[in-house]
Amino acid sequence: MSAQPPTPVPAAPKTNRIGLPKADYEGGKSTLCLGCGHDVITKQIVTAFYEMGVPPHRVAKFSGIGCSSKTPAYFLNRAWGFNGVHGRMPSVATGALAANAELTGIGVSGDGDTASIGIGQFVHLVRRNLPLVYIVEDNGVYGLTKGQFSATADLGATRKSGAVNEFVPIDLCSLAIELGGSFVARSFSGDMKQLQTILQAAIAHKGTSVIDVISPCVTFNDHEGSTKSYKYAKEHETPVHDLGFVPFFEDTLAEIPAGDTKDVTFPDGSVLRFRGLGRDFDPTDREKALRTIHESHARQEILTGILYVNPAKPSFAETLGATDKSLVDLPLEALRPSREALDRVMESMR
Amino acid sequence: MSSVLTEAVAGTGAASGVVVNDFSLQVATANGSGSQTANSVLMRSIFQMGVPVSGKNLFPSNIQGLPTWFTIRASRDGYIGRKREIDVLVCMNPETAEEDVREVRAGAFVVYEKKLGLENPGKKRDDVTYYAVPFSELVVKITSAPEHAKLRKLIVNMIYVGVVADLMGIDPAEAEKAIGKQLKGKKKAVDLNVSAVKLGLDYAAANFPDKISFRVERMDATAGKIIVEGNAAAALGCVFAGATVCAWYPITPSSSLCEAFIDFCDDLRVDPATGKKNVAVIQAEDEIASIGMVLGAGWAGARAFTSTSGPGISLMSEYVGLGYYAEIPAVIFDVQRVGPSTGLPTRTMQGDILLCYFNSHGDTKHPVLFPASPEECFTMAQEAFDLAERLQTPVFVLTDLDLGMNNWMSDAFPYPTAPFARGKVLDAAGIEKVKESWGRYRDVDGDAIPYRTLPGTNSPAGAFFTRGSGHNERAQYSEKASDYVRNVDRLAKKHDTARAMVPKPVLEDRPGAAAGILAYGTSHYGTAEARDRLAGTFGVPLDYCRLRALPVGPEAAAWVRRHERIYVVEQNRDAQLVTILRDEFPDLATRFVPVRQYNGLPLDATTVVEGVLSDREKAGKKGSR
Repeated sequence: MSAQPPTPVPAAPKTNRIGLPKADYEGGKSTLCLGCGHDVITKQIVTAFYEMGVPPHRVAKFSGIGCSSKTPAYFLNRAWGFNGVHGRMPSVATGALAANAELTGIGVSGDGDTASIGIGQFVHLVRRNLPLVYIVEDNGVYGLTKGQFSATADLGATRKSGAVNEFVPIDLCSLAIELGGSFVARSFSGDMKQLQTILQAAIAHKGTSVIDVISPCVTFNDHEGSTKSYKYAKEHETPVHDLGFVPFFEDTLAEIPAGDTKDVTFPDGSVLRFRGLGRDFDPTDREKALRTIHESHARQEILTGILYVNPAKPSFAETLGATDKSLVDLPLEALRPSREALDRVMESMR
Repeated sequence: MSSVLTEAVAGTGAASGVVVNDFSLQVATANGSGSQTANSVLMRSIFQMGVPVSGKNLFPSNIQGLPTWFTIRASRDGYIGRKREIDVLVCMNPETAEEDVREVRAGAFVVYEKKLGLENPGKKRDDVTYYAVPFSELVVKITSAPEHAKLRKLIVNMIYVGVVADLMGIDPAEAEKAIGKQLKGKKKAVDLNVSAVKLGLDYAAANFPDKISFRVERMDATAGKIIVEGNAAAALGCVFAGATVCAWYPITPSSSLCEAFIDFCDDLRVDPATGKKNVAVIQAEDEIASIGMVLGAGWAGARAFTSTSGPGISLMSEYVGLGYYAEIPAVIFDVQRVGPSTGLPTRTMQGDILLCYFNSHGDTKHPVLFPASPEECFTMAQEAFDLAERLQTPVFVLTDLDLGMNNWMSDAFPYPTAPFARGKVLDAAGIEKVKESWGRYRDVDGDAIPYRTLPGTNSPAGAFFTRGSGHNERAQYSEKASDYVRNVDRLAKKHDTARAMVPKPVLEDRPGAAAGILAYGTSHYGTAEARDRLAGTFGVPLDYCRLRALPVGPEAAAWVRRHERIYVVEQNRDAQLVTILRDEFPDLATRFVPVRQYNGLPLDATTVVEGVLSDREKAGKKGSR
């Protein structure tokens, strides 16, 4: 009997800080068009939650209606998802996260879902500063209904048919800053590194993170004359700064050495580092941020980066004075007042 | 057969004889004149004398200036519905005084501001008794101090309390006690108001030897009872039901429900250890957001509710359909007002029965509860949360402006002892047991109610995707015809499961009954009183079914089947419940005879008596019955 060669031990799959492999953060198969920018964002979401080590069962995913809003089915299968009605996802997220403040919320919307039918709920979401990563997958058109202009389409942009957009676009980032937003970013699905950094910082942020991601529609808005095409976005993307993010559980800021930099620290100890790219820009200065965005329009730049951040703004639950524990788990004794309490109320009505 | 009109007058006593503890007193003022305190004091004084009483505020959609009326009904027999006929009128509003006098019944008594000159030639009615009181002169006597000048408009109302107390035999000590309660014992204010009452008492004693023949005398029918608005009762029910998320948008007549909830929670829901609230109340940007928040919270496992009125339900419709199809618990209070559109926003109606029962597009139908009293607002609020979680679906609680915003006498509310019924929820251990066989929308128990899991449950197999689009038993996206049909058929079956779970009707037979009468919500009061009159005065005894919920359950169905003619009393033009009943009982469709009132006023008994008698007259002429 000859000795068998030892069976090779398969390498243990790589895991994150809570011991889960990346596969536990994947979702179902995408049904979007091949090459859709949204699928790139989906991949970055998977990576960000994996890298941040968020337990998937503690994540709640929300979306409205449209191509973008299908994507929560394509990431984090182990998280609960809620696909609401058109433009009204923020309210569902608000109720769910008010009920259980221990969940980490992520909402995916589109430019139609947010800037037109959902503009009201978007506005009030930002005002409330609900802890929610709110991504707008922004392609300037309604994809599911075959390419009508959305409210973020630029003035003068053309449809495939040649029709010209005659209406002034809504800039969701400057609107969010105007509304007191505490984390406002713009990115491009073609800029994966920047998007990943923004997403990780957004997960650490305990308020609403508005992330407007230019995400080209390969079917209806990727032609000459579009200002949301891959070509146009690549040519016009202008990062306002280099970004580095170090979550609370790590301790290196190697990527961007200190120097001409600004650090913003989150309550959990995570640090966001900015290095200016030769601009007079400060992401903690609202007025400067607004001015810079306005100027970028004139220069036909797609200004990207974290345009404004204020981790100190009180979160929704703090403002409500509500417990930061889950209301769902409270026992009957904490919820139903005593017999004596009812007697007291009855007496006051006699 | 005597006519309804004769009967109505006879029933309340002739003007010459004294009638004890049975009258309707109306005070006409201008909105924002501060008469509410005086009216409450008047009502409470009668209540404190042990006499059953109700108060109804008929107010305009306006903050200041437009006419408003407050009607107090005292009834030794315990009838607390609105009475159509006014016996005693207090006229303080020049804008409406002449019309107000025209509308009181013959033999009524009118107390009025002397300046209005209601007894001048051409204005005076011969069949009513007048008491002219110089209110505006009297009030100056006690508000001569400069710091009181501004209070005149308010204090003058308390003078009519004194005048009425003297003329009708209300004990001034009770008025004083009521003032103390109303003004929460603030001494200066109490003293000033008490002196105003005294001024009225003295004036009436000195000037009016002939008193009003409708008298208040002590009895013992209110001991232990409370006075409360339905909205406050419902809010308290939500507190005791363990509701933890309330999302709402202000709208008359429902706002005071959520506002009362906020007040109760500030008192009863603060964690003593942290000072933080064990509740989240969110004033939303509109009703669409309100219901979205409620569904989000219900999905996450909280007991969540919203309160609104008809226009709000219209806005909520899309999300209600999602809640039905995705099977999410939610409780929606609809304090109904007069529609369509803005309609008469400060008047009452039972106008949203069809809107709520079939709310949203596609095939939808929902449990709807009909509380008829503050006590039922309290208990049914709790039942609604149990039902919503057990059935995993939105549940409507339909009250109306009359119940929600008016003062009702009620027994003290019973302390709930049953645990919350949280329905079929799998925790991590439960998921572990069923593992792969679990399907969010699978009917395993044969009652069409599936098992759900809550976000945050620590299990790799517990998560599912909630969507308003087509889905199969495993909550996966599906456009397959067979998946769709299986799902909506199960939802229809679940609706049938609900029949035996919703509050049962209150049935009351009468010996020798010729037919049945069916009512729901606040239509109960006029109906109950009319039944007594129909039996006593007209020899028409009727069996009674007070429907307390939809879908129609087996008890109500059996009752319907054993009555060949059924009067259905409702406060809307189109007999909305009759539409549902005819659909439920197509073979019996001709049995249902609508008796309707839809003028924005709370239902009165005379309307019901007239409705029943006119049908019987018609039937008699035809010789068929």
